[in-house]
Amino acid sequence: MTESNPYRRHHDMGGFEADPVDTSEHDKAPWEKRVDALMRLLSDDERQLLRVDELRRAIEDLGPDVYDRLSYYERWMSAITQIMLEKKVIGATELGERMARIDAREQAARND
Amino acid sequence: MTNPVFATGDTVRVKALFPPGHVRTPFYCRGKRGRVERVIGPYPNPEQLAYGERAPDALVLYRVTFPQGELWDDYEGDSSDVLELELYETWLEQDEDIA
Amino acid sequence: MSHSDDHHHHEHPTGHSHGMYDVDPTHEHPPQPDIEDSALTRFQLTQMAVEELLVEKGILTPDEMRAQLERMDALSPAQGARLVARAWVDEAFRTRLIDNSQTAAAELGLDIGPMPILVMENTPEVHNVIVCTLCSCYPRYLLGFPPDWYKSRSYRSRVVREPRAVLTEFGTGLADGVRIRVHDSNADMRYMVLPMRPAGTDGMDEEALAALVTRDCMIGVTLPRAA
Repeated sequence: MTESNPYRRHHDMGGFEADPVDTSEHDKAPWEKRVDALMRLLSDDERQLLRVDELRRAIEDLGPDVYDRLSYYERWMSAITQIMLEKKVIGATELGERMARIDAREQAARND
Repeated sequence: MTNPVFATGDTVRVKALFPPGHVRTPFYCRGKRGRVERVIGPYPNPEQLAYGERAPDALVLYRVTFPQGELWDDYEGDSSDVLELELYETWLEQDEDIA
Repeated sequence: MSHSDDHHHHEHPTGHSHGMYDVDPTHEHPPQPDIEDSALTRFQLTQMAVEELLVEKGILTPDEMRAQLERMDALSPAQGARLVARAWVDEAFRTRLIDNSQTAAAELGLDIGPMPILVMENTPEVHNVIVCTLCSCYPRYLLGFPPDWYKSRSYRSRVVREPRAVLTEFGTGLADGVRIRVHDSNADMRYMVLPMRPAGTDGMDEEALAALVTRDCMIGVTLPRAA
C-alpha cells in the first residue's frame, strides 16, 4: 500500500502502517464537552445550522500537518468555527473581538 | 422513489476514481471487487451535504463485503476474513468478471 | 492592560519586563501580554467566544447547553450492555435485536438515537470488530463516547488491514478457524458487536450478566469473561 500516493487524502487512513495502538485514555476536558455539545445543538432539527458532513469536510480540508498537530476536539472546534463563518452566522471581526475580551477577562480573573 | 440497481449477492466493483473533495468511499476499496451484503436503502448524498446542499439527491446505500485478500496484497490473516463497509450506488459498477 | 507593580515580574536583558504567562523570559517580547500568552489555548478561547456569540444572537441558550451536557454525561456502555445481557438470556430478543436494534432497544426503554445501529453477532465461527477509518463514527447512544484509541491513527489505519495483530495488542486471541469481519463505519450506519456469552455464567441474572459486558467487547477488541 503506497503511503505517499498523491491521490490519497490524509484523513483517509485505512491500511496505512502505524504504531501499536496506545490504549490509554483521557477524560474529556470541560471545553471539549462543550465543543461536542455545540456541534450537536447546531446540527439539531430545530436549528439545522450545520451538518456533520460539513464539519467532516472542513476537518478533511485542514490538511495533513494541521490535522496531525491538532487534537480531536481542536479539529472539531476549527471546523465548527469555519462553517459558522462560511454561513455568516458569526463574523470574523466580532469573533476576534470577543476572543480578546474573554482572554482579558480570564487573565484578570487569574491575576486576582 | 429510488430503485436499487444492485441486489444482495451481486458482485460489484468500486469505481477507481480519486477526486479531491469530500467522499465517504475509503481509498483502500477503490477499484476493488466485492459482493453486496445487503441493500440498505436511500440516503442523502454526503458529497452534496458536505458543501451545503440542503436538498441532496437520495442515493441507494449498500453494504459490500470484500475478502481481505482482495484489498491487501500482504494480508496475513485467514483467507476467509472479510472487510465490510457501506458504499453509495454512484461509486459501484456491475462487475463482469464473476469468479 | 497592566500587570504592573509586583513580584511576578522578572528582569530581562532588553529591559522589558514580563507578565506571569510568558514561557520564555529570555526571548524578545513586547511588554504587553497579548492573546498568545493566555493560559487558555486558541481553541478554548474560540469555543468560549463562539458560544457566547451564539447565545447573544439567540441561537442557543445556556439552559440548552446545560441540558445537552447532562445528556452527554448520561451516556455510557451500560445501555449497550443491557441489550447484550437480554440477548444472552432471551433467544427471541436476540433475533429481534439483530433484525432491528431500534425497536428491540425500545422494548427496554432505550433510545438508540438518530442513526441506525446494526448489531453484529459473534459466533463460534465469526468474530466482529468495528472501526471508522475516515473519522470516528461510533454508536454513542449505546456505548457513550468513543475512547481516544478508537479515534487514533493507529487503530483506524491498522485494524482494517491487520485486525488479528491489533486484537493481540488488546490481549485478545481468537480460536483457530474463527474468521474476522471488520466493519468500517464509513457512512450512515453505526455498529455494535454482540459478543458471545462467556462460559461459567450459567444461572447469572441479567444484571450480573450486563456487568460483564464492557465497552471494548461491544467494539470487538476484547471478549467478555465470566469474572
